[in-house]
Amino acid sequence: MSIVARRFFSGTRVKLDTLALLEGTNGKPTPASLSTIAAAIEIGKPITALILGSNADSIAAEVAKTKGVDNVLISKDSKYDHLLAEEVTPLIKQIIQGDGSNYTHFLTPNSSVGKSVLPRLGALLDVQPISEVIKVIDVDTFMRPIYAGNALATVKSKDSIILASIRASAFAPIEETTGQAVTIEEVSQSSESGSRTEFVSEELISSERPELGSATRVVAGGRGLKNKETFEKLIEPLASKLNAAIGASRAAVDSGFCDNSLQVGQTGKIVAPDLYIAVGISGAIQHLAGMKDAKTIVAINKDSEAAIFNVADVGLVGDLNEIVPELIEKL
Amino acid sequence: MSSKLRILVPVKRVIDFAIKPRINKAQTGVETKGVKFSINPFCDIALEESIRIKEKDPNSVEKIHAVSIGSAKAKDVLRVALAKGADSSTLIDVGDQEVEPLQVAKMLKQVVEKENSNLVILGKQAIDDDSNQTGQMLAGLLNWPQATNASKVVIEGDSVSVTREVDGGADTLKAQLPMIITTDLRLNEPRYASLPNIMKAKKKPLETLKSSDLGVEIESRLETLKVEEPPARSAGIKVETVDQLVEKLKELKAI
Repeated sequence: MSIVARRFFSGTRVKLDTLALLEGTNGKPTPASLSTIAAAIEIGKPITALILGSNADSIAAEVAKTKGVDNVLISKDSKYDHLLAEEVTPLIKQIIQGDGSNYTHFLTPNSSVGKSVLPRLGALLDVQPISEVIKVIDVDTFMRPIYAGNALATVKSKDSIILASIRASAFAPIEETTGQAVTIEEVSQSSESGSRTEFVSEELISSERPELGSATRVVAGGRGLKNKETFEKLIEPLASKLNAAIGASRAAVDSGFCDNSLQVGQTGKIVAPDLYIAVGISGAIQHLAGMKDAKTIVAINKDSEAAIFNVADVGLVGDLNEIVPELIEKL
Repeated sequence: MSSKLRILVPVKRVIDFAIKPRINKAQTGVETKGVKFSINPFCDIALEESIRIKEKDPNSVEKIHAVSIGSAKAKDVLRVALAKGADSSTLIDVGDQEVEPLQVAKMLKQVVEKENSNLVILGKQAIDDDSNQTGQMLAGLLNWPQATNASKVVIEGDSVSVTREVDGGADTLKAQLPMIITTDLRLNEPRYASLPNIMKAKKKPLETLKSSDLGVEIESRLETLKVEEPPARSAGIKVETVDQLVEKLKELKAI
């Protein structure tokens, strides 16, 4: 752990440029946060990482060693533990508008936290944020997908500070360390947020598998699996064999084959693994939006006309109940 | 003392979800001529939730007001909203101009104040710009609590508990009215409007305003330089057997 300095928003602040709100789990930054650092590096300005919550210390210690990170700010107040937008945005506003601060960019991962925080902050700063950046073209010009990824828009911001969320699958996470940690400074909010939102509980799905958003391999099941039993009987062993994360189409999630958080698509997770195996998925545009940037796509479907075959590198038409067990055996 | 709910439901008219959009020749946007438009699916879910809240306890809801910002054609989605169960509606006619979420949120804030709303239920995102911003921005402008990606909403007096879909599972937040909720796909299954209700909806109030009536100047903060097709994937192959599949994957170095 490096020296912790305390900062009092005085005029002595050094010039800083890109501020990035990062998240962590189990004492480590999330892969999406490391992708956000990668995007920040492409913007090309000094990077300040902001980490909030009771366990900010350990995450900050990791981030402080990460390549590209020039400064780390933390606030260990437990009110930030669930990164509720109502609590977090007043603090970020204060940091951005603090005396002597000179932030030109503020980034978040395009996680559920980022999606909740970024626009609220935009409203507080009177700035129009840019959602889900997939490419940094220039300091003020970015590319983002619209219409479920059926079009790519290049947009140039006229705002004085640029707020953007970063699509994790479009930027390889920075894993390189500098071997030397930068100083971690503590920040605190000068006034209460006055938030009336209370965190009640959470139910997270625990899994031994790689996290869906950052997995290098994904096995996904759809309506063609017919029921939860078949989903579990076929998809899980195939995923285990490949050390892959499990994904699903909306149809599979809605039919209760698996948890909502596994949905891949326009309104679910966006993934870009090296290998994506779609089993019993027809390939609606909303699903393709979430996976068509995968390096290799394999489709197994009994319907040879299914749209998924238009994007698949390798397709196999047939009964998944026969194909999948055979595939598991032969891998 | 609990107050009656005055629900505001913003709805957006978008290209129908089942249609694959085509980029226009000038690469400035998506072709809209002769294309089917519908109510944004997430807005439909927001509307359905409002109607269910009212159906569950009619005395708890004073009104459901639908609002849309867009061209005169957005009246169609407001009529749909009225046919399904909204009581009254407002169109903010901005012509064919595209309006960014920040300006939409600013206009909605004015409507919230005008209608004295204490609960705003919005879709989590519009399926055209995919921004996922307006609800959160409105909450920020009003300094109200926000619960995004709702999969379950429980209202008890002034207290609202919302289960949200988050990365890795779900969580539950609780807040006091007034508040902002944005809807996820799994919140409910929207109903269809019946023909008699579509006829009745024609008599329900639909007020038309201009953005200038609300004192909001429409300005774009983001300039769209170009809209283009995503890179096409090169054609794949179909194999006949699992052996060929495994072989091909090895060849592609995917396994």
